[in-house]
Amino acid sequence: MIGAEVIVKCLEKENVKVIFGYSGVAIDPFWNKILDTDIKRVLVRTEQNAAHLASGYARISGGVGVCAVTSGPGATNLITGIATAYADSIPLVAITGQVNSDMIGSDVFQEADITGAVESFVKYSYLVRDVADLPRIIKEAFYIASTGRRGPVLIDIPFDIQNAEFSGKFSYPESISMRSYKPTVKGNIVQIKKVIKEVEHAKRPIICVGGGVHLSGATKEIRKFAELNSVPVVSTMMGIGVMPSEHPLYFGMVGNNGQPFANRAMNESDLLLMVGARVADRAVNRPDLITENKVMVHIDVDPAEIGKNVGPTIPLVGDIKNIFQDFLEQDDYADDHSDWLDTLNGYRKEMASLRKPYVGEFVEPKDFITKLSDVLRDDAIYVADVGQNQMWSCAYHKVKNGRFLTSGGMGTMGYSIPAAMGAKLADKSKQVVAVIGDGAFQMSMMELATMRQYGINIKIIVMKNGFLGMVREHQHYAYEDHYSMVELKGDPDLSLIAAAYGMEYMKVDGKCDISAKLSEFFADDKSGLMEVTVDPMELVKY
Amino acid sequence: MRRIYSVLVENRAGVLSKVAGLFARRNFNIDSLVVGETADKSVSAMTIVSSGDERTIEQIEKQLNKKIDVIKVKTFKESMSINRELMLIKVKYNKENRRDIMENCEIMQAQIVDMSKNMMMIQICDTSERIELFIEMLKSVSIVEIARTGTVALTKCREQ
Repeated sequence: MIGAEVIVKCLEKENVKVIFGYSGVAIDPFWNKILDTDIKRVLVRTEQNAAHLASGYARISGGVGVCAVTSGPGATNLITGIATAYADSIPLVAITGQVNSDMIGSDVFQEADITGAVESFVKYSYLVRDVADLPRIIKEAFYIASTGRRGPVLIDIPFDIQNAEFSGKFSYPESISMRSYKPTVKGNIVQIKKVIKEVEHAKRPIICVGGGVHLSGATKEIRKFAELNSVPVVSTMMGIGVMPSEHPLYFGMVGNNGQPFANRAMNESDLLLMVGARVADRAVNRPDLITENKVMVHIDVDPAEIGKNVGPTIPLVGDIKNIFQDFLEQDDYADDHSDWLDTLNGYRKEMASLRKPYVGEFVEPKDFITKLSDVLRDDAIYVADVGQNQMWSCAYHKVKNGRFLTSGGMGTMGYSIPAAMGAKLADKSKQVVAVIGDGAFQMSMMELATMRQYGINIKIIVMKNGFLGMVREHQHYAYEDHYSMVELKGDPDLSLIAAAYGMEYMKVDGKCDISAKLSEFFADDKSGLMEVTVDPMELVKY
Repeated sequence: MRRIYSVLVENRAGVLSKVAGLFARRNFNIDSLVVGETADKSVSAMTIVSSGDERTIEQIEKQLNKKIDVIKVKTFKESMSINRELMLIKVKYNKENRRDIMENCEIMQAQIVDMSKNMMMIQICDTSERIELFIEMLKSVSIVEIARTGTVALTKCREQ
């Protein structure tokens, strides 16, 4: 048995169903041996997207996404995908081929020091030096990626190690023993009791949920706790969908691109439970406002996040699902905060964003997203790309029982199509839609071929305005409309692109009956491309 | 605020670069960093001297703990530990200042470890402050070269 067979056997033991990747000589022994298994392979069209597909897959399956590429440029192309997963704590195992062990360091063909290059974007990385280490390393890699604060792990495997004879009998380690890695899962009971006491005494409590809640699978517990104590909930971008958008206790997304009433609610609270959120700059512009005159409880599985951007009154380290189960157990009576909820509902009415009356050739984006949301199935997976389309999606897509995915931390353009494809492969029964601008579409449209090759039927909606809209908006305000590097002249004819890849195509402009068009577009389960004409001068904030 | 971090890490290739890279990426200072083996060959001990405000000091400890190869982090103020640094210093001497230099060495408990007819090499093992003081004392003679190890530290026995 050679190294490549050992890798494949380990992946089978980890119950890996599908691997996203690209070929190259340095990873070829691995792709050869995988032919002997039932593990599916998806050949993407550029390596970055292999990581994004793995990310979408991981987020919907709840497991670890796996991707594999070759050495040198294959590995470096993967970096943006890995960094995107790292920023949003998505569990990935990335396998890269490497040149022969004895050539490492001599700058041979397609050699890159990938473990060095990704160091600041991975939870951990391995360069395999001995074929005998493979079972332990792969076991550890999956364990590290999927426990504690999730994240990507990279395994760099030289060509000669993949071909080396593995002596002795193969056995996959049953358990893990790492003296240097023991994540805290259970919350400290003294702290938990303290928090419950604070909740009982609070007049204006609020919960702010982040992406950590999805990663922990704690949605049910959070909803139950909020409902039991009638505590309002706001979310960061990554926390969208923890509460159904139209839940009476949900008050929208916070941050500089969020709802003003959500920020006000958080700032005016007397008790803030920050749950699985990093308190980064886009979500919390002024950290002093969320600690001033209030008790702030910060709950996170990563102790380093607590106190990094704000100093909480009560730190609480552990897995969110575990902690909220303990909360529910400790919480003796239901609280009533109807006065506070009345105040917040007042803010919601008073501060709701304006909608301009719209006539003409263009589609009003807020109206469009609202109607799109109404047409989608209750459990649809909605993947927003990056830019204006993302902000409109955050504000106007109503999550019911589905999921909302986007690249929150890194803001990687071109994430939505590959991530939506990965999500579809994780759950074929779900309706999956990627909403994207014409800039990011052109960064990722090569994957339409992958969709066709593997029959991955997702719906893509391109909000086309001929501009990199979010930055154009910034230049509108910051540089008084002196535009630089934001105009997308030369956009392709999307109807021809759709035809070229054998996809259904539909165009929607201001003169259409949008709801009717959307119903028609989503009537079947085929892949489809919808072009929506948006005013180039449209703004998210006005 | 100056802080000393005594960090036990897995003795593996690349660990030093991971730890040093962490300081660079997170914009933390490194005043000095020393690595060596411990009694257990699979474990290395790093002594890192750093400085920053309270939040930075706490973050350094947490971020170090987050590294998978880090087994244990202890952090303490300089007053809580015994701190030593080794310096080798090469100076030029002549008939006039030779006695002075030797006297200074005696006062500071430094040793002359190598000599030629116009140069001598002195070794001193002491706290960083006293090493600075010694360099100051030798300013009047011509210093040719200096090599310093950076601080190693262990917490005092009663702090154990």
